[in-house]
Amino acid sequence: MTTPLAPPPKKNPQKRTVSPTSPPEMRSRASLGLSAAAAEGRFMLQVCGDCRTVQYPPRDACCNCLSVDLPWRDVAPDGELLAETTVRTSTNLYFRERAPWRTGSVRLDAGPTIICHVHGDVAPRSRVVLTNRLDRSGQGVLLALPETRTPNMEDDPQLRAMTSDPKFRRVLITDARNPNAPALALALAEAGASMIFVGLSETWRPDPNIAALEAVPGVEILPLDVTDTASVNELAGEIGGKTDILINNARFIRPGGVLERGDTGFARDEIEVNYLGLMRLAQAFGPGMCSRTADGVNAAVAWVNILSAHALMNSVDYGCFNASNAAALSLSQALRAEFRASGLRLMNVFVGPTEDDWHQPLPPPKVLPDAIARDVVKGLRDGLEDVYCGDVAKDLIERFRAGPKILEREMTGGGA
Amino acid sequence: MPYERYSIQTAHWWIARALKASLDSAGLRPGDLDGFSVASFTLFPDTAVGLTQHLGLCPRWLDHIPMGGASGVVALRRAARAVQAGDADIVACVSGDTNHIDSFRRMLSSFSRFAMDASYPYGYGGPNANFALLTDRYMQDYGATREDFGRICVAQRANALKNPGAVMKKPLTLEQYLAARPIADPIALFDCVMPCAGSEAFLVMTVDEAERRGLPYATIAGAIERHNAHAEDPIQLRGGWTVDIDDLYAQAGCAPGDIDLLQTYDDYPVISMMQIEDLGFCPKGEAAQFVRDHDLTVDGDFPHNTSGGQLSAGQAGAAGGFIGLVEAIRQVTGQAGPTQVKGAKTAMVSGFGMINYDRGVCSGAAILKGAAS
Amino acid sequence: MSILETLAGALASGAVRVVDLTHTLDPDFPVIVLPPEFGQCARFRMEEVSAYDHRGPAWKWHNISMSEHTGTHFDAPCHWISGRDIPNGAVDEIPVDMFTGPVVVIDCSEGAGRDEDYELTPEVIEAWEARHGRIPAGAWVLMRTDWSKRSGGAYLNMREDGPHSPGPTPEGIRLLVEGRNIRGFGTETVGTDAGQGMHYTPPYPAHYTLHGAGKYGLQCLCNLDQLPPTGAFLLAAPLKIKNGTGSPLRVLALVEGAA
Repeated sequence: MTTPLAPPPKKNPQKRTVSPTSPPEMRSRASLGLSAAAAEGRFMLQVCGDCRTVQYPPRDACCNCLSVDLPWRDVAPDGELLAETTVRTSTNLYFRERAPWRTGSVRLDAGPTIICHVHGDVAPRSRVVLTNRLDRSGQGVLLALPETRTPNMEDDPQLRAMTSDPKFRRVLITDARNPNAPALALALAEAGASMIFVGLSETWRPDPNIAALEAVPGVEILPLDVTDTASVNELAGEIGGKTDILINNARFIRPGGVLERGDTGFARDEIEVNYLGLMRLAQAFGPGMCSRTADGVNAAVAWVNILSAHALMNSVDYGCFNASNAAALSLSQALRAEFRASGLRLMNVFVGPTEDDWHQPLPPPKVLPDAIARDVVKGLRDGLEDVYCGDVAKDLIERFRAGPKILEREMTGGGA
Repeated sequence: MPYERYSIQTAHWWIARALKASLDSAGLRPGDLDGFSVASFTLFPDTAVGLTQHLGLCPRWLDHIPMGGASGVVALRRAARAVQAGDADIVACVSGDTNHIDSFRRMLSSFSRFAMDASYPYGYGGPNANFALLTDRYMQDYGATREDFGRICVAQRANALKNPGAVMKKPLTLEQYLAARPIADPIALFDCVMPCAGSEAFLVMTVDEAERRGLPYATIAGAIERHNAHAEDPIQLRGGWTVDIDDLYAQAGCAPGDIDLLQTYDDYPVISMMQIEDLGFCPKGEAAQFVRDHDLTVDGDFPHNTSGGQLSAGQAGAAGGFIGLVEAIRQVTGQAGPTQVKGAKTAMVSGFGMINYDRGVCSGAAILKGAAS
Repeated sequence: MSILETLAGALASGAVRVVDLTHTLDPDFPVIVLPPEFGQCARFRMEEVSAYDHRGPAWKWHNISMSEHTGTHFDAPCHWISGRDIPNGAVDEIPVDMFTGPVVVIDCSEGAGRDEDYELTPEVIEAWEARHGRIPAGAWVLMRTDWSKRSGGAYLNMREDGPHSPGPTPEGIRLLVEGRNIRGFGTETVGTDAGQGMHYTPPYPAHYTLHGAGKYGLQCLCNLDQLPPTGAFLLAAPLKIKNGTGSPLRVLALVEGAA
């Protein structure tokens, strides 16, 4: 049974902060399919398109029939732990610092033998379920879990090293005025976040969210306007050193495409909040968070952007807003690359139309704040990079994968 | 050529040293060679090709064997065929690697694609972790104990103490073995080979050529190799030898009982046990009992890894694939000196190499006979 | 001595003081809030271009951005639909002599302290005139409410039904514009109109009436409590923005006598 995590003591100011180290990062191109699947928390392996043989390790040709058609497919994750070892010494710094480390060999029911991390609650030679998680190099790795849930299993040190679990961590939510802010704060409080800072812009403007947020245990409302560099820097100066998870939910949204609007006024606000806001936050909070990714139980662990699903493919009714989100998505990829060496994870939550004033004229389905909050917490617990929240977002990514150009045409109603 | 734990020299340097010593003892000059075979991990960016110019050789037959622990047997097998076919008259087979302070770590990180993709990201235990998994399963399935593995290690240390070139100089008791620092459970310190710098070499030529030059020689009674055998086994408890072992004894016209000494590839004792079984000395799963019942030292009833093997002499990279073969040649030609097994006429050498992912992929074995037999 | 030499001497001796009626341009200073589907007044923003560093080793400077109607600012006639056809109705066209002139201050601070929706009515104006004399034509009229001493949420005083702050009634502003032919009207609040000014007829009567008559507005003023009811002199020159409807500016008053 996993020993429950103890709340971390206050930081000893005389101790040097441990520098981040990374598990091995290099992978073959074929192997990156595992990382892509892990980014969404899916257990996928290559399955031969010709003979259906499940392959592992990832290959460029089928080990049964030499076909080179090896698409990644969701595969049943069940198997049996054949053998295990506890690595007590390693030439790799990351594992050396985290020894002992339990690994094992699992025979997957679907065929291949898989060397994997082994959760502490897995009994020797027992049935296991494999999960595909991103490690701190941002690469997909397989982890054997017990077949059924065990108490406190998320506190297992090896599992926690791969996730962004909010438990005992300090979270900054950037926009108190976003309709999703109270639900986010509540979900994080329930997930065990120790402090929940919520940024409030223009304290001279009232907002009903403020009372709702103040009712959530652990919430502290602080001035933050992501369009104001000085304000962002000031808050980073105050709490940057204890921000373990940053959730950027700041959003400026107005309906309208390019011609319909006829000016760049709202577009400028959208870029200021949705794109430059992200950049300001990253420049103010990013370096500090990156330096604290090995800082114990409440090490800095994740950066979350809540984006419109239409960042992937524009939809003209909110055309300019979507463009600003596409810019933010692109920026987040650069940011993720810059975070990489530190192990700080960047998670984008792609959300379909939300249940709020700005989407009032849109037909359902619309995403409720609770659903966003639930998916954010689940994404953090699973250590994901990409979360598709709500039916519209899931539909969109499926169509996007099937054919971006076809989707583009569909978005303008050209598909029957 | 004594091994060194760490060396500031390069693989080129170590290979040149072994080659020169080998040629000197045979009274040959570099120009007399027309075949050259190399096995090394640390030559990068060079291969055997670069070495010809580097060392001033002009062979008409050239081979590079990237098979680690199987490279000795494979080099021998190929060189012999080349000589037999007339493609070369005198082939020097050399292996060697250096060991810089950080070179083992760096070699691991670029060892194989599957290791990079699917093994090292999992705790980065290197071969220790891979063999720990095999050892764990082997112990569970066949009831082998740590004491059984210890018997192999302790006997080899006793052999190594007689070998002036061995890295390990201190005696090892079973108690010390059992009390050693754990490395990757169930593997502890004395189950692991010590990476070091070193080189090994032997010459292959026809019997006529050897006799004309008055050189001591051994003949190849049989040799086998096999790669990626038993891929369907979920975990490796047997090697490729099982596919070809009957052929080997048929080629040599002998049986396990005719073997005077055995040189197994011993990066970890569980692999030596696997070979004792797969090479026909006992049934599958009974090697533990076999080592309980036999004395594996130079003077014992089953002389095994008489130079101390890699476990006690050290693993000099690809030279680890040569150490047993060179020792076997010395034994059957009566040149083993302090580790000489009395009356050794027929030796079996086995190679095992390349943990590409979860198991060793290459296996090979040869039976050598002394000239007198 | 010339008039200006006399003035300079008075300024140097302190016989004439300069009072700053301007709030600091600050990113967090409130601006007027319209329903969100309308375009909004840009907040003041300042981005560092360099600060004696790799972006400019020996100098520090900022790029700033804001609306014409951010902070202490000037409203030109063309700001409002009623003033759209006024000749010289944009800030760059207004004759410069309009930017200086006499100023009177109607002190409504006691009333505004009692009632956040305090109204400047003809009765209040006439009562003031009974004490201080008739408002001269061409004067700036400033409505003192001490609203500038409020900060944060209390300044806009936004509630579910909109902001609540004092301002002139339609009749009050008409009296000043049509009856007294003033130059312009200024307030300490975020606009020249009352917070609830949209509910008058016409809506936003100060904007409608002032600009329709070619008069000017000043808002977000402060330090009006340092001005005498009459006798001060106002300097209020907006930036020369082509076709500008207004401009942030520094508003100064010259006041005679010791502080």
